[in-house]
Amino acid sequence: MAVNLSYREYFKEDALPLMWCAGCGNGILLRAITDSLADLEIPPHQVVVSTGIGCWGKADDYMTTHAFHGSHGRALAFGTGIKLGNPDLHVIALMGDGDALAIGGNHFIHAARRNIDITAIISNNFTYGMTGGQYSPTTPLSSKTTTSPIGVAEPAFDVCGLAEECGANYVARSTVYHVTQLKRLITAAIKKKGFNVVEAINTCPTHFGRRNVPGDTVEMMNYIKEMTVAKSRYEKMDDEEKAKYLVTGELVNKERPDFLSVYREINPAASESGRGEGK
Amino acid sequence: MNKTDQSVKINIDESLCKRCGFCIEYCNTKVYEADQDGLPLVKNLDNCTKCRLCELRCPDFAVKVEVENNE
Ligand SMILES: Cc1ncc(C[n+]2csc(CCOP(=O)(O)OP(=O)(O)O)c2C)c(N)n1
Ligand code: SF4
Ligand SMILES: [Mg+2]
Repeated sequence: MAVNLSYREYFKEDALPLMWCAGCGNGILLRAITDSLADLEIPPHQVVVSTGIGCWGKADDYMTTHAFHGSHGRALAFGTGIKLGNPDLHVIALMGDGDALAIGGNHFIHAARRNIDITAIISNNFTYGMTGGQYSPTTPLSSKTTTSPIGVAEPAFDVCGLAEECGANYVARSTVYHVTQLKRLITAAIKKKGFNVVEAINTCPTHFGRRNVPGDTVEMMNYIKEMTVAKSRYEKMDDEEKAKYLVTGELVNKERPDFLSVYREINPAASESGRGEGK
Repeated sequence: MNKTDQSVKINIDESLCKRCGFCIEYCNTKVYEADQDGLPLVKNLDNCTKCRLCELRCPDFAVKVEVENNE
């Protein structure tokens, strides 16, 4: 029988108000994650969120699950240790674009290659929000930031493309505007075994928006809405048109064996002493 | 359950709302209007389709859409 859990089981209502700026999409992403956990009916004590540093890295302050608030860029390194130490736990790494792809880029590519059973939820707001709006590896080419006042001269990473190339089992992209799709993709990623990545395109009206999007919080939201296009439409576009958009939806869904399964096969003694089979 | 057999209440927590304007802007049936300060006011509750997107898109957990089944 369905228990009908609410996101409130996973959300610390008494920690409100949230620390984030007006129009920052972090709260929307947090709601999607807590809604997904409720739908999946995973008890909070079986979930560990591993976070790095940054505005999005503060998300664990508002969750009732276990949390490991580590150092900048290392959410996946700590998450890997937690998962190997106790495979029964669901490990969810919450990372910003700077956290996951700049300082933590190496952990990211190797977590994907290894296919360690962790769900990585990346808030991509195209900037280092917490430290004042410097450019990150996902800042769109020619965007203005505090460290690129004339416009950034480097092309941005395609986060999902990178995850796919490195071997991630499940890769999806959505935005904090497309809340129904966002929740559906996060739910699928948490449910699936292996290294599963959801890139949530996010708003930072305070830093990215102020320099690149004329207008207010709503214009910032419109910007991410208009820069993305659903897979069904994207696939009908020619290459020139595709280059103008970020595609959303489920982009990769493979059945690669995860790291622990492979490790146990190669080293049967590990299974005998292992503390659980994991999900 | 037919949606017309349900009644709806919308609660805005003024102390949590940061006046981002998302609920006002993106409601397809224009349930909200802004006051001078940008606070959303529930002006046209009868238009509400109970899609709850305003609640899900509120970054501050300030909007609660409560749908009740009528007897
Ligand atoms: C080892 C280390 N280097 C640098 C910093 C400074 N720092 C804190 S947050 C941050 C970047 C945050 O950007 P992102 O990960 O995109 O998160 P956001 O704030 O945008 O959500 C940096 C460089 C730090 N805290 N620790
Ligand atoms: S600085 Fe940007 S990312 Fe950080 S809370 Fe404000 S809007 Fe959000
Ligand atoms: Mg960022």
